[in-house]
Amino acid sequence: MYNFDFEKPSTIADAVSALGTEDAQALGGGQTLLPTMKQRLASPSKLVSLKGIAEMQGICTGDDGALCIGGATTHADVAAGAGAYAGLAGLAAGIGDPAVRARGTIGGSLANNDPAACYPAGALASGATIVTNAREIAADDYFQGMFTTALDEGEIITEVRFPVPEASNYQKFEQPASRFALVGVFVAKFADGVRVAVTGASEDGVFRWSEAEAALSGNFSADAIVDMAPGADGMISDLHGTAAYRAHLVGVLTRRAVAAALSLPT
Amino acid sequence: MPKDSGIGASPKRREDVRFLSGTGNYTDDIQVTGQAYVHFLRSDVAHAKINGLNLDAASAMPGVVKIFTGADFEGVGGIPCGWQVTDRHGEPMQEPAHPVLAQGKVRYVGDQIAAVVAETLEQARDAAEAIEVDLEELPAVVDMKAALAEGATKVHDDLTSNLCYDWGFVEENKPAVDAAFEAAAHVTTLELRNNRLVANPMEPRVAIGDFNRATGESTLYTTSQNPHVIRLLMGAFVLGIPEHKLRVVAPDVGGGFGTKIFHYAEEAFCTFAAKALNRPVKWTSTRSEAFISDAHGRDHVTKIELALDADNNFTALRTDTYANMGAYLSTFAPSVPTWLHGTLMAGNYKTPLIYVNVKAVFTNTVPVDAYRGAGRPEATYQLERVIDKAARELGVDPIALRRQNFITEFPYATPVAVEYDTGDYHGTMDALEKMADLSGFEARRKESEARGKLRGFGVNCYIEACGIAPSNLVGQLGARAGLYESATVRVNATGGIVVMTGSHSHGQGHETSFPQVIAEMIGIDESMVEIEHGDTANTPMGMGTYGSRSIAVGGSAMVRATEKIIAKAKKIAAHLMEAAEADIELKDGAFSVAGTDKSVAWGDVTLAAYVPHNYPLEDIEPGLEETAFYDPANFTYPSGAYACEVEVDPDTGKVTIEAFNAADDFGNIINPMIVDGQVHGGIGQGIGQALLENAAYDENGQLLSASYMDYAMPRASDVPFYGVDHSSQTPCTHNPLGVKGCGEAGAIGSPPAVVNAVVDALRSGGHDIHHIDMPVSPSRVWQAMNG
Ligand SMILES: Cc1cc2nc3c(=O)[nH]c(=O)nc-3n(C[C@H](O)[C@H](O)[C@H](O)COP(=O)(O)OP(=O)(O)OC[C@H]3O[C@@H](n4cnc5c(N)ncnc54)[C@H](O)[C@@H]3O)c2cc1C
Repeated sequence: MYNFDFEKPSTIADAVSALGTEDAQALGGGQTLLPTMKQRLASPSKLVSLKGIAEMQGICTGDDGALCIGGATTHADVAAGAGAYAGLAGLAAGIGDPAVRARGTIGGSLANNDPAACYPAGALASGATIVTNAREIAADDYFQGMFTTALDEGEIITEVRFPVPEASNYQKFEQPASRFALVGVFVAKFADGVRVAVTGASEDGVFRWSEAEAALSGNFSADAIVDMAPGADGMISDLHGTAAYRAHLVGVLTRRAVAAALSLPT
Repeated sequence: MPKDSGIGASPKRREDVRFLSGTGNYTDDIQVTGQAYVHFLRSDVAHAKINGLNLDAASAMPGVVKIFTGADFEGVGGIPCGWQVTDRHGEPMQEPAHPVLAQGKVRYVGDQIAAVVAETLEQARDAAEAIEVDLEELPAVVDMKAALAEGATKVHDDLTSNLCYDWGFVEENKPAVDAAFEAAAHVTTLELRNNRLVANPMEPRVAIGDFNRATGESTLYTTSQNPHVIRLLMGAFVLGIPEHKLRVVAPDVGGGFGTKIFHYAEEAFCTFAAKALNRPVKWTSTRSEAFISDAHGRDHVTKIELALDADNNFTALRTDTYANMGAYLSTFAPSVPTWLHGTLMAGNYKTPLIYVNVKAVFTNTVPVDAYRGAGRPEATYQLERVIDKAARELGVDPIALRRQNFITEFPYATPVAVEYDTGDYHGTMDALEKMADLSGFEARRKESEARGKLRGFGVNCYIEACGIAPSNLVGQLGARAGLYESATVRVNATGGIVVMTGSHSHGQGHETSFPQVIAEMIGIDESMVEIEHGDTANTPMGMGTYGSRSIAVGGSAMVRATEKIIAKAKKIAAHLMEAAEADIELKDGAFSVAGTDKSVAWGDVTLAAYVPHNYPLEDIEPGLEETAFYDPANFTYPSGAYACEVEVDPDTGKVTIEAFNAADDFGNIINPMIVDGQVHGGIGQGIGQALLENAAYDENGQLLSASYMDYAMPRASDVPFYGVDHSSQTPCTHNPLGVKGCGEAGAIGSPPAVVNAVVDALRSGGHDIHHIDMPVSPSRVWQAMNG
């Protein structure tokens, strides 16, 4: 690890100004950033911890019924506190291990946009709104490929607003070593249609599987997508699975998510 | 009633108090006053010429003490190989130079280019980044068969090819074996890979070199399974330091699994640099570094053929193996695919004719050497897989086919040069069938099928050879070392005992089990016995711990030394009681005169030995301390039968282990709890190999699974509660304890059971599959099911 300065502001405004320093970087739970720094693969001049900012912590329900999660809220807190949105709480409960969940944050996960991370699927399938210090970004515009997002330099995710669907579920098939998602599928059924978001599978990062969405919007049952799978083109192929295998898993997991969503509360 | 002390009891492991309370003394816990830190600059390419190294900027960095390169080691010895294999034409293997720091070329990702010694570790790392390295990349040799092709790039320019040796065993048997195949009623053939593994002990390697200018003595603290071996190899072959000026200390070691047997360049470097700089030098491997610098294990590609007659008797076995050596020969690498593998090819079966061919190959990968089981898992895996395949091809029950071919008469001389002293293969199979509730399997399979899952049952047998010996034989086979073990038993004046053993404990529990043996022999409490190991300064020359040899060889040495103690103590007791020595009996810690009520306590005798006022000084010396070296007459041959039950999710290919049962014959057992633990750990590693672990290289020689993000270690949730049975016991006939060793059995016996079970499950689902290479990952299973 290289030397760096450290600041822990207590307001968003102070954090934004601290991040004005060249090569300064926001620090959420440090579950991605710190290992990268230990490997000397990142060398921020300054870390600005977001953990001291009270207004970025916790979960509440907005006037429109959406679940509002502070950008620095840990996975453990979402797992325990997002009961109103069981699909999302389940997703958070399945990230990493207890130590990772106790430190890692929703803002950090979405800012990082790892192609095998779970939250991107949850946010995209929910049609969530990513709220930053500067603006509000629709999930559909936010994810722009592996490790790439709409965020500008120094922009902080302060909150994420999740419309709560009628039924939802996240199915994660673990990569055997990292236990990130080899493929993860989040299905959310809203009054006006079904959204299906897939993580882990595509070389372009998280994506919406529109073919399944169309079929499920007409008939929200696993039978509606029997034998359906996206094409293998553009899927990730690596040590842990071929593109064809990943494409196949997308179909399997989507059917399982639908079945689970139907049998479980929201 | 179970015993509560002595042989056969299961006292809790006394070493665990310090291991579990954070008070162990591991090498990295040692801080030598004034120590500097070393960081190795390692190659990030697999094969390249070093055109130049510019150290100017780096040397001027803050805190840098000195930067060493290969040039500093000219005239210094290379890392030696401890075993020379002779090939099928009578020629010695090709043995490349193995410099401490790379000279002229780097040959694998991880090869040491330079070593930076600095005041702090961070300064050393900073300076390493400032070294300008001019590397000219060369094509990487990764695939073994390609490495042997005409015109292939050579890993070592001064060798004639990438072939280390072409070994045939037993060469004279080859024509008869070939003829038996011609005459066979049925031949089953299987091609498979025994996947490359990274050992991953919990504690990464550490080395600290220290030099005392006043005495001229060098000390190396290191994470080793065998400090005396390191002292001999490094002292005699690399640095030219005689043993009396070199001390090697291996304190608490957090797991070895074989990978801490070998003498590594980092050990020689730290010892060398400490003297050159007159300053202690410390290196602690990071986990990332361990992946590319600890010797890897396995990595065999094999074609095996089994010939059977019309009655399904095995008539001949023929194997053709490519064994990856990596870029250099690690300490015992050449012995693993040969003498630790070919000699085990008979397994538990009376196959009369066997021929084993092994081509050992150099590639631009991390050196490969012994890993838990070393050669024996590779032998067992291919044999037990091909037998399963034969059973399926012939439509016979895999257990019945095995039983029909079991060796039943002992001693049994195999056609691959070893003689099994004892065993009862039907006995372990009987125990297994009971434990695994074989008769209930069909019902369990139906229940799984009702849930949409495929269930499979896989069984296999194994034979292990532990405590490789005797020294004069292994010398003929090419070992450049003896394979005895030593113990000094020091009885103190008030009766307590310290055993200084050449065995080394790095998780095996010697500090608990060894005292049980002495307590049993003398009839005293185990708490009166302490075990010292790991420091060449206070233990007799010993060969250390690997190959499940500690209790069979080290324990035997301790028994022999204790017998000498008892003989002398009886003389003293006879004197104290004015009786004839022949009439003295030792029981429950007291000496008595047969047929009388006279007795003296153990403590009275030991006190007399050190306060010899009333003592036969004219006949015997004062004191009570004896040493024994024990060189076994033969290997020991533990054996067993293992069964695995899996469920396969046909939608995803995911395999879950539903049950795993192990029936082992370890001969006599000292501490059943510790033995259970060794079996559990071994099976865990075997399941890891079978389902998860894979050290995979890409075609450029980059290790794809170089961290836990991609290298899948087994976790608690990946393994079931094991059933373990060691009721079948045929004691070893040639060591004093009748013990056989148990450290590797689990890792040897479990992978084929898992794969056999997966194949069984898939076939029950109508998939005409005979084999899936390990690790049997979800992706591979799905691929196999979907063509
Ligand atoms: C062992 C292990 C297992 C894991 N398993 C999983 C898993 O199964 N599924 C999964 O999804 N993830 C997994 N993770 C990743 C984990 O969820 C991380 O917590 C997450 O990816 C990053 O969140 P963080 O708060 O730790 O961010 P940090 O590591 O602190 O930061 C990551 C990046 O985001 C930036 N950042 C942080 N917070 C903000 C913010 N509020 N606004 C803008 N930018 C910000 C940082 O500058 C940095 O670039 C795992 C991690 C580990 C170590």
